[in-house]
Amino acid sequence: MVEWLSVLSVWMIPALIVFIPLYAAFKKVPVYETFVEGAKEGFGTAIGIIPHIVGMMVAISMFRASGAMDVMLAAFKPMLSSLGVPAEVLPLGLLRPLTGAGSLAYTTDLIRTYGPDSLIGRIASTIQGSTDTTLYVITVYFGAVGIRRSRYALKVGLFSDLVGFAASIAVCLIMFG
Amino acid sequence: MVNWIWLFMIVVSVVSAAVTGKLEAVTEAAFDGAKTGVTVSFGLISILVFWLGLMRIGEDAGLLRVLSRMMGPAVRYLFPDIPRQHPALGYIMSNMAANLLGLGNAATPMGIKAMQELQKLNPDPSTATPAMCTLLALNTSSITLVPTTLIAIRLQYESANAAEIVGSTIAATAVATAAAIAADRWYRSRAVKRPPVPPYAASPPPNGKGEAVG
Repeated sequence: MVEWLSVLSVWMIPALIVFIPLYAAFKKVPVYETFVEGAKEGFGTAIGIIPHIVGMMVAISMFRASGAMDVMLAAFKPMLSSLGVPAEVLPLGLLRPLTGAGSLAYTTDLIRTYGPDSLIGRIASTIQGSTDTTLYVITVYFGAVGIRRSRYALKVGLFSDLVGFAASIAVCLIMFG
Repeated sequence: MVNWIWLFMIVVSVVSAAVTGKLEAVTEAAFDGAKTGVTVSFGLISILVFWLGLMRIGEDAGLLRVLSRMMGPAVRYLFPDIPRQHPALGYIMSNMAANLLGLGNAATPMGIKAMQELQKLNPDPSTATPAMCTLLALNTSSITLVPTTLIAIRLQYESANAAEIVGSTIAATAVATAAAIAADRWYRSRAVKRPPVPPYAASPPPNGKGEAVG
């Protein structure tokens, strides 16, 4: 099952790149011109996202550099340790929704330090793999269409991050603990 | 809420930096962050240009319509207020499929394109519609079957069984996604009962009219 899935994910993109234009050519779509026409939109969209991402990245980068995050972590630590959860994975719970690159770096560091097959390594891998970077997703998706009032979207995203974090730990404790 | 989180992070950062004597580091971090933001956005350009080009071919060939018809029931449950034949559904489907397969760089352009299609149905372009919030909920919890990057990292550090986390990841991601959908449903039903303060144009789902198509 797993091998089958990873083969599928290797083949998926080349298959799409070939299949879509072939099918379209069959339907008498001028493929190259249509590609260029659609691709034109990409540039403007990416440029439009810049202010949103810069704003978010500045806040996240300051938050990490100031040591404010460590203070918050220290406050949560005793609570988790008493539940039998390795405290080392806690920063990941906080980093994951904020920065994809940052949390990936942290996960890699945990895997290097404790080993990929340790409980910490497994929990970290699961947390990293099971959710996406909520703040980034919201910034990019809403930024691209100029939505300013995101309503309840952020709450839902952060809530599911929290649930995903707890579920990752619980699943790993059951499966590997 | 974004406003408050943003303000909170900045204020707390500067205050705690002042207390711990890290003010210079924080100033530097602010500009570093800005630079990272631009770098990330520039990285998106190539991906967006490429995928949006390819997706336009797919759209013109009618592939997106085929896709949205195939996945009808599930998507209609999640997005009850999008008209059946609307191209947004096709993009949402491609976005979800790309997420499932862990193709992050294909998922983002398709998600953005779906957002742009949803924006066309939006009576108030500066406020998110329920459908947009649902799309976000699905993407932030991102159901992933194969976390390819992580398997690669684990292999690099000589894991005895690099793929063993696939099972635990699927389980955790399923729980997170279920929570996201449930929370989204709950907020959506509340939003319908009590519309937000700025009187947004009464928007009964533009469904029901064009039903007899196809």
